[in-house]
Amino acid sequence: MTNMQSWLLDDSPQSRMQANLGNSYRMLRALLRNPLAVVGAIILLLLVFAALFAPWIAPHSPLGQDLGARLLPPSAAHWMGTDELGRDILSRVIFGARITLMIVALVAIISAPLGLIIGAVSGYFGGWTDKVLMGVTDVFLSMPKLILALAFVAALGPGIENAIIAIAITSWPAYARIARAETLTFRNSEFIAATRLVGASHTRIIMRHVLPLCTSSMIVRVTLDMAGIILTAAGLGFLGLGAQPPLPEWGAMISRGRTFILDQWWVATMPGFAIILVSLGFCFLGDGLRDVLDPKQEGKS
Amino acid sequence: MSMQMITSRRFWAILRATVGFVIVTLLTFVGLLAITFFIGRVIPIDPVLSVVGDRATQEQYDIAKIAMGLDRPLIIQFVNYVGDVFQGDLGRSVSTNRPVASDLARVFPATLEMATLGIAIGVGLGVPLGVWAAARKGTWVDQIIRVFALLGYSVPAFWLGLVGLVLFYATLGWVSGPGRVDIFYEGLVEQRTGLMLVDSALSGDWDVFWNALDHLILPATILGFFSLAYIARMTRSFMLDQLGQEYITTARVKGVSEWRVIWVHGFRPIRVQLITVIGLSYAALLEGSVMIETVFSWPGIGNYLTVALLNADMNAVLGSTLVIGSVFILINKMSDVLYRILDPRSR
Repeated sequence: MTNMQSWLLDDSPQSRMQANLGNSYRMLRALLRNPLAVVGAIILLLLVFAALFAPWIAPHSPLGQDLGARLLPPSAAHWMGTDELGRDILSRVIFGARITLMIVALVAIISAPLGLIIGAVSGYFGGWTDKVLMGVTDVFLSMPKLILALAFVAALGPGIENAIIAIAITSWPAYARIARAETLTFRNSEFIAATRLVGASHTRIIMRHVLPLCTSSMIVRVTLDMAGIILTAAGLGFLGLGAQPPLPEWGAMISRGRTFILDQWWVATMPGFAIILVSLGFCFLGDGLRDVLDPKQEGKS
Repeated sequence: MSMQMITSRRFWAILRATVGFVIVTLLTFVGLLAITFFIGRVIPIDPVLSVVGDRATQEQYDIAKIAMGLDRPLIIQFVNYVGDVFQGDLGRSVSTNRPVASDLARVFPATLEMATLGIAIGVGLGVPLGVWAAARKGTWVDQIIRVFALLGYSVPAFWLGLVGLVLFYATLGWVSGPGRVDIFYEGLVEQRTGLMLVDSALSGDWDVFWNALDHLILPATILGFFSLAYIARMTRSFMLDQLGQEYITTARVKGVSEWRVIWVHGFRPIRVQLITVIGLSYAALLEGSVMIETVFSWPGIGNYLTVALLNADMNAVLGSTLVIGSVFILINKMSDVLYRILDPRSR
């Protein structure tokens, strides 16, 4: 164990892999010193675990109706009670983890690279490219995100895919801003000039040298944004514009439970706790990651 | 440097900031129009159908088609669209069968009232909490405020609204339920500003006033909580920046009381920065009210928008988007220019 550790923390690593692993190890240790970040990481691991093994963890089927067991309060048999069709809410919440995870993953996969490339190109080339790209970015940035997402879904039609597209369209500008700011700090540095002298193309410089340097602040920002993305997706579901029934999406479940809120409070409240827990997890982890990866950004989210 | 020179330099700085503000705001507004135009006319397979709805007759369809000028090139359509919007013509709503512009003018004050009370609550609690957290950095007070603020980023507004209704209305009976006033108070007060509290106070109808406040307080508090989270977080980080400065240490060494160090030496310089934050959260509240209004059946712009969404009433959706977007942009840019004017470094 000590051997392993000293290999990881070696001041003069023998290979690139050793250096990278050593860096990751240092960050992990720094992250583990932050109790909130650890809590956040545990919550998110639980989410991934629930999503992967939902059929084995969930005590009941998420879709199986049992009209004889409608609207039962939380009990030993149904920890979170049952909904208006007699479906076990806990099982639905567990299966809902899959939908939530899919939404955040897809939004991140679409919007982060999009913002990253726009920002890097903008910062790297400067001049008119920069002016035009950042002008568009600023227009999107000064727009209310939720309302814009609502309007996009209204035009595209309700559904989970369109909700994902709408959220992705509204979340890339923040990433473009960050990537541009990062790129500006090193676009005139010597290693970029050296790469250019060796004859590397613009595409190669951006892809291989600029983008990798932007990723750490990007990871922090994306993690911090996840809570907002989950809330927007749940909001779209709540308004009936996101995931459609009978999919066990948390926001849509709350919307169904709204009808019985005064008598059967658990139907609407239980999925809400899941949303809060997961969003908090992302916030905690994002906060911790920021302290480790990007200390200067404190409080600027 | 003479006094006059300083004043004239300050005048030019303000003028430059203002002109810049007008240009940037106008450009952003055209950008917003381009986006709503794109959403309304380019994305839908049949834009006419998305405006008139499925139940329209062939005749209505043809009239709308000609009115929208869909046979012309896209750029001409856009110019016409911008012209219409600047004349206050946002089209007709399918569900209310009235011009969207007059619908929006009717519902907007309700949202404004709720958001304004919300921001008052958010600022009133958020700023002191942020200052407190900064003054006690690293202690349990700081941690609790931090978690409390993070909750503001993690709790769905609509869920908190539902829970609030169950708890404070249905169970405890502390506040009134959904809507702006009880049914038998409705239409009693003459509409002047559209703000229920102001109107009832102006006409001296205190029964209505208290009833309206009773209805308003819960949704406004919940809305305020979300701005509180952001304001407290930003206040804390600004304060930490200030309290780390050397002049603060100097003040402490000189024996200035801790209260004075925090509120006079520490807090005063960050007031300008806070204006931007408060402006941004106010704009965000107008947006956040969409969810809250739906839950509380609050007859504001958010409710109007969600009803329009469910009826696929595209003119109403785009009109609401435009209005909320414009207010958002305006507040956004205005807090920006205010910051530049008020920041002592620009003097």
